[in-house]
Amino acid sequence: MSLLHRPHVSPEHVTRVRHLLMAIRGDKLALFALLIFVFYCLVALLAPLLSPYDVNSTDFMDLENAELAPYWQTGDSRFLLGTDTQGRDLLSVILYGTRLSLTIGVCAVLIQVLLGVSIGLLSGYIGGRLDAFLMRVADIQLSFSTMMVAIVVLAIFQTMFGNAAYQQLAMLMLILVLGIAEWPIFARTVRACVFAEKEKEYVDAARILGVSKLHIMLRHILPNTVSPILVILTIQIANAIVAEAALSFLGLGMPPSQPSLGALISSGFNYLFSGAWWISVFPSVTLILLIFVMNLLGDWLRDHLNPQEIRG
Amino acid sequence: MVSFIGRRLCQALFVLLIISVVSFIIQDNLGDPVRQMVGQSVSLQERAALQQELGLNDPLLQQYGRFLMGALQGDLGMSYYYKQPTLDVIVSRLPATLELSFCALLLVIILATPLGVIAAIHPKSLLSRAVLFISTLGLSIPIFIVAVFLMYFFAIEWRVLPSFGRGETTSFLGLWQTGLFNQDGLRHLLLPSFSLAFVLTPIFIRLIRAEMQDVLQSDFIRYAWSKGISAPRIYFLHALKNTMLPVITVGGIQAGTLVAYTILTESIFQWPGMGLLFMEAVTRVDVPLISAYLMVVGVIFVVTNTLVDVVYSMVNPRVRIPGYSA
Amino acid sequence: MSLLSVNGLSVKFRQRHQDLVALHDVSFSLDRGERIAIVGESGAGKSVLGYALVNLLMKPGFIDAGSVQFDGRELTKLSPKQWQGIRGKKIAMIFQDPMVTLNPVLTIGAQMIEAIRSHTRIAYKDARKLAIEKLAHVRISAPSQRFDQYPHELSGGMRQRVIIAIALLLNPEIIIADEPTTALDVTIQAEILQLLKQICADNGVALILITHDFGVVSRIAERTFVMYAGRIVEQGPTLEIINDPQHPYTQGLLNALPQMALPGQRLNQIKGNMPPLNDQPSGCAFHPRCPYAEERCRQNPPGFVYSGVSTVACYVVEDMLSEFSQHDGDDSYE
Repeated sequence: MSLLHRPHVSPEHVTRVRHLLMAIRGDKLALFALLIFVFYCLVALLAPLLSPYDVNSTDFMDLENAELAPYWQTGDSRFLLGTDTQGRDLLSVILYGTRLSLTIGVCAVLIQVLLGVSIGLLSGYIGGRLDAFLMRVADIQLSFSTMMVAIVVLAIFQTMFGNAAYQQLAMLMLILVLGIAEWPIFARTVRACVFAEKEKEYVDAARILGVSKLHIMLRHILPNTVSPILVILTIQIANAIVAEAALSFLGLGMPPSQPSLGALISSGFNYLFSGAWWISVFPSVTLILLIFVMNLLGDWLRDHLNPQEIRG
Repeated sequence: MVSFIGRRLCQALFVLLIISVVSFIIQDNLGDPVRQMVGQSVSLQERAALQQELGLNDPLLQQYGRFLMGALQGDLGMSYYYKQPTLDVIVSRLPATLELSFCALLLVIILATPLGVIAAIHPKSLLSRAVLFISTLGLSIPIFIVAVFLMYFFAIEWRVLPSFGRGETTSFLGLWQTGLFNQDGLRHLLLPSFSLAFVLTPIFIRLIRAEMQDVLQSDFIRYAWSKGISAPRIYFLHALKNTMLPVITVGGIQAGTLVAYTILTESIFQWPGMGLLFMEAVTRVDVPLISAYLMVVGVIFVVTNTLVDVVYSMVNPRVRIPGYSA
Repeated sequence: MSLLSVNGLSVKFRQRHQDLVALHDVSFSLDRGERIAIVGESGAGKSVLGYALVNLLMKPGFIDAGSVQFDGRELTKLSPKQWQGIRGKKIAMIFQDPMVTLNPVLTIGAQMIEAIRSHTRIAYKDARKLAIEKLAHVRISAPSQRFDQYPHELSGGMRQRVIIAIALLLNPEIIIADEPTTALDVTIQAEILQLLKQICADNGVALILITHDFGVVSRIAERTFVMYAGRIVEQGPTLEIINDPQHPYTQGLLNALPQMALPGQRLNQIKGNMPPLNDQPSGCAFHPRCPYAEERCRQNPPGFVYSGVSTVACYVVEDMLSEFSQHDGDDSYE
């Protein structure tokens, strides 16, 4: 009895984590990607401490310093990566932009996980007509790509609220739209997991002992969905960050006053052609590197956590 | 089989209905047709009369019915900006978008097929590791960055290609303004379609590789080897033909991604297609045009998806369709 | 000189820590036009043996040691190009499940023509004629019509006939048939087996039949090799082995046949399972399931002895033989 009430995680999960740690040490590329990703996370967390200037102070913008080239071209040690058109220190803006992009990505994916896991558990555990209906809805929602839905929905909201009001709400809207649009990916995975898990003996045993359905789902089945969720998670965050950047580029995302990486790149493009390449190049490289290491990590996790998916 | 097609058609109709409701709500809540028709300088009474005449005071369902009937007959309202029926405006921009997508997809097929196959055949070789690494890198570069830097180098720095617009077009059979038949049009097409292809190719390389690796494990491939057939024939006929079916299906499902990417590409290169039209409509708050775009794209999209599924299920009844396995 | 002689063939599967051994030191020979059977439960390594003979082991499998000589030519050292000339032309294969053996997106005709034209320079028209001829040969009705059909338009039995026809296209010296009837309906099994036997006999083709079913063996093969856990444990003339099995495993297999059970009785299955590749027992691999197992069986694997009936690897048989020769005529066994 006491055995049944403990979540069905150990010792498999403990060894799995250890196995992962062992494996990543042998794979230099993955280890490298992990280190860079951790670095990004630290930068995002500590942006206010690391950044040379306080982006929120009033004298942060100084048009006298506008469009200064990076330090190694001007010798101006105040601005390591130069300044943008409003005289903001580019390094500080990029640090804050990374923080904002990661925040939006993580929050959006948290919503996806929350929606996806609960719908997936429900669908898988109850099954039958509800399952058929929910999965059909998931199919339909997935068949419209997230980017397209996000562009349309955000464009409509922008027309509805007007530009000024929309800018106030931009971050919330982005998180909501990106979060809601991709729940089916998690829901499907969790559902498949539940189906596999439901057949196992310990679930039967728990049911016979009269453990409630909710309890079975949360304590016995949910822990087993952790590793498939982890596999999708990284890639999904990366996707959300790219989507946010693209939306900001179209003017449907973060406003220039509150720049994410995408908004920074977008405003930098206007000056690319007049020679101020650094305004767009530095944020672009920052964004591409972040997405790249996340994709590498995601692929690596998939290869190591889903042995049945390994091919070749 | 028949029931599958029937279910699929019902689903398509249902989705179209939802799209029409959304379009209707947009038009109903955001637009003010009276002001568009007569301007601000009319008395309240006259406005009210006109409102009554236009049926704007009718119950919502009745108004929706009218909207739907109009839509079925091809009447999606008048564009505020162009002062033309929205459908005409959209249709006039359709060729540009289709040509762009077509050329991009062509490039994707030419690039992704051999690379995906190579990466599948010798997964451990240096070349396929490189292909995989580069495609992951390509996957990580957002399309707008690719497009802007391509434009910067090819159009601004080196001045070898035009930076925006569609260039010269010729009339094809009197119903299609095409840029495919003259040099200027083709030169303009190069950068936008290459940008689009750049972001789609990695997706397809990975897809083809994964599917192909699956196929290469199957019995019929081992049997083909046992017949003493040459390796190229096994890889490029036996395996690839079986790989392409699922790839095309997933490709069809990616149609939405393509639409989203065309919006981005067209905005950057000022390509006069539907995507640019949509973004312009958003900035100009041209509500009927926004709503009409939604309807048109929705229809194109649902039709493609349904067709791909149905054709796939007919061509290959023995394989279950991904995503429809409930 | 025999047509095919296999000597000390061993196959391993490459693993991160330690390679797994799938075939241990397998040796046998096959004469021109001879029909032999390789028998064992699933997992005994008999399919691995079949694939190893034509170098079609799936990765991570590889031939670790041993030689395969075909017509005096060493096969294990051939280049991929040279292999192409052997497979299909000299050695043809028939796979287990005809439903998944033919390529679903190519017509029967295309799959026959390519087999012909990969090996001989011959006009399409002539190749087509040859293919239709062979389809008729394996008694497929309306062969020229079948030629243009896709595999899914044919029944399982039909497809296996097509595969036999393909195997015959280039008059090979050997056909390796890996469980050719297991996936078919019971009613069709006998037909296909009869066809296979007759065709081999008519054309002087040697046959290696891989199967788990002794019932099948008795009808076709002249000699039989019994495999267990990647080793040959008993070999000899089929009739002798069936009438007087020596190795406890062979006895178990024959006892498990449905026709050996009395009405109302349970089938006499051998207790336990074939050990997995990564957990092979020490000594004689069969000892955990063997009713006669002793301490020495756990220590070292037995060598081969000739029992007068067949060649067997078993200590019990060995002892019995030496006792037999001592007491001369005193039949203490059974």
